[in-house]
Amino acid sequence: MIEFRSVTKRFGDGTVAIEDFSLVVPSRRTTVLVGSSGSGKTTLLRMINRMIDPTSGGIEIDGEDTSTLEPVKLRRRIGYVMQNSGLLPHLKVIDNIATVPILNGVKRALAREQALELLDTVGLDRSLAERYPNQLSGGQQQRVGVARGLAADPNILLMDEPFGAVDPIVRDELQRELIRLQRELGKTVVFVTHDIDEAFLLGDQVVILETGGRVAQVGSPSEIMQSPANEFVASFIGTERGKRALSIRRTARGRVLVDGAGRTAGVLVDEPATTGHDVDSAANSGADSVAQVTVAQDLGADATTGAVLDAAAGPSNEPSGLLAAEPIVR
Amino acid sequence: MNWVLENLPLIGERTLQHLATAVPPVVISFLLAVPIGWLANRFRRVRGTVLTVCGLLYSIPSLPLFVALPALIGTGLTDPSGVIIALTLYGIALMVRVTADGLSSVDLHVTQAANAVGFSEWSRFWRVDLPLAGPVLLSGIRVVSVSTVSLTTVGAVLGVKSLGLFFTDGIQRNIAAEIFTGIVGTVLIALVLDLLLVLIGRVLMPWLPSVSQHATRTTVRSRVAAA
Amino acid sequence: MNFIVDAIRWILDPMHFPGPNGIATRISEHLLISFFVVLIASGIAIPLGYVIGHTGRGKSIAVLATGGIRALPTLGLLSIIALSIGIGLTAPFIALVVLAIPSILAGAYSGFEAVDRRTVDAARAVGMTEAQIIRRVELPLGLPLLIGGLRAASLQVIATATLADYLGGGGLGHYIFAGQQTQDYPQMLGGSLLVIFLAVISEVSFGILQRLVVPAGVRSPSVTSRRTETARTDLGRVEVGRTESSETITAAGSPQTKGTT
Repeated sequence: MIEFRSVTKRFGDGTVAIEDFSLVVPSRRTTVLVGSSGSGKTTLLRMINRMIDPTSGGIEIDGEDTSTLEPVKLRRRIGYVMQNSGLLPHLKVIDNIATVPILNGVKRALAREQALELLDTVGLDRSLAERYPNQLSGGQQQRVGVARGLAADPNILLMDEPFGAVDPIVRDELQRELIRLQRELGKTVVFVTHDIDEAFLLGDQVVILETGGRVAQVGSPSEIMQSPANEFVASFIGTERGKRALSIRRTARGRVLVDGAGRTAGVLVDEPATTGHDVDSAANSGADSVAQVTVAQDLGADATTGAVLDAAAGPSNEPSGLLAAEPIVR
Repeated sequence: MNWVLENLPLIGERTLQHLATAVPPVVISFLLAVPIGWLANRFRRVRGTVLTVCGLLYSIPSLPLFVALPALIGTGLTDPSGVIIALTLYGIALMVRVTADGLSSVDLHVTQAANAVGFSEWSRFWRVDLPLAGPVLLSGIRVVSVSTVSLTTVGAVLGVKSLGLFFTDGIQRNIAAEIFTGIVGTVLIALVLDLLLVLIGRVLMPWLPSVSQHATRTTVRSRVAAA
Repeated sequence: MNFIVDAIRWILDPMHFPGPNGIATRISEHLLISFFVVLIASGIAIPLGYVIGHTGRGKSIAVLATGGIRALPTLGLLSIIALSIGIGLTAPFIALVVLAIPSILAGAYSGFEAVDRRTVDAARAVGMTEAQIIRRVELPLGLPLLIGGLRAASLQVIATATLADYLGGGGLGHYIFAGQQTQDYPQMLGGSLLVIFLAVISEVSFGILQRLVVPAGVRSPSVTSRRTETARTDLGRVEVGRTESSETITAAGSPQTKGTT
């Protein structure tokens, strides 16, 4: 568990990046910090491994105040993955992955052996081990970055927009890999992104940030979508007029859902789809290709204003949008 | 100070001799190097060879070159033409590299766009590539100018007339003021010529913000390092 | 052309090789002076450059110094030092060290600076200590530029050391000044050719060394366009304009103050 306690960060030039920020990050879950640039999300992330120290307030990891810990030692037991992979260009892939274990005093041969296993873990072929980072594609580099983050077998994995610089198809792939990995490994992941879709897809807990690290809302994706705390959250997640503002339209064959831009988002079925809880098939079908939409059961009779679950929903039955109050019938 | 006041006519004479030796290499090397640099950039095959030759040329120490050139061109050791030619060679060696780099640093999108709207290669060079490489060329020629002015003084040990004679004469007659006059005079000439080049740059490239010139200049220094 | 033939004949004359004024002695004098000058200048400039490069502080002073040195006439500097401390080897030695420092300083700090800050940040984030960052990341990645600085400095020192004998310091310059007094042009030219030879040897060997120290991962990309880019890095040069930090890079801002002499 990571706990932020009234953390404030002022930079030398007087700008306040974070003001009185408090948050509990549960263990073995993925917490996503999401916000626009200037929301201080990366600053918050970098405070966890003391790349940045707070001006006031403190951070505890499993009850231990990080300010009492030696930064270098702390960083070696926390995995860190960043946008541009941050690999060392003059080291081979395998040596990049083995960096931290070797720093920790693990024998080189053993560290390299473990690094090979990590290549398997992140879904890369072992033949890439002897390549240099600039001989890999962007997606492969990010996977190596994840492998390096995992190399010291840390409990905590910090991810700073790790998929921000890869193209959408590769990003989808990497996101699915991360979901799979997290299911296997159960790390405490803190993930920073500006992409709300990514946040809802990956997060067990999503923290929506406004400027200066003000928390607009904390909750599971469902909670946030079902009851946005305020106008800011509603517009940020797009339930007002974006692709999560769904309305019902009748067609010859039944009812379909149409998003704020007028695009058909899916078909409304009254019964929950049978595959609704089957994560693997959902992942295979691709989260975006929503074919069936089911009215959330837990919303009871008031189906017209409830959140809508899609067939690809993860274990949390994450909603795909909000149904507008008045169905548009033509 | 007394020494300066007593020798004003001599200082004037030496300054003029210095300028007569230092200015032609700067101008001539620029005029010759730009076409060579263009060729080196245009024809990738010759690029490596041309740049290597320039690098080696630039690495020849100046005093030995001042001694050797008269043997090749048949002039006397104290004749300024040997120094002028040697300094021109250095200028060319440096400017060819700067030109080739400057031209190759022109954004590929821009040149493609220029081709697409129908520039011929000739007109593209004059109206797109050259102006865009202008800041780099300017910073290159500034480096050439400063080092040429400084190198001109070396000829003095062979008896070639310039402000450098104040160094050789000052040390023989043990007059520190004379040496200082030579140093200050040389630095002043370098500064004035540099300012002049900056002004010419402003006139020829009015679209440039004056701040960015500093940035390009530092980049060119790096190019110079490789020369 | 006859002069050149005479000069080469002069160099190859076995009579001129041994003895206190022989070519062997003069070459070793020249090389020893140059070596110790570069050594001492490195001892001062490399640590200083690393501090500037690693912390990013004091850069503007370094840039100013490296730029300013170019305008300073070497012969003038040499003369003024000789006048204040007397004729001999010491004056040219001090002057040469002063002249060599900026190139090495620039090579050292630009080598550090040219290392992508994100790479350094990543190294810190995974738990490297500052010393490990310097040793394992900044040093290997910045080495080509440092060697570039040493290359420029060595060339300049070998060239300028020719003037040492003008102030009684020995070295290959002796042939030029002795020949000048006795109107012995072949000897002057022979001495000159020897200096040129040393300079070219230094240039070529440092060039090779510089290529060798480029870390494999930085050198290897297969695409042609990348190869030219690497070549630029080899030489300590960086793309203008495209790099956001074109100003910070100043790459081997190595003011190759043209080897005076």
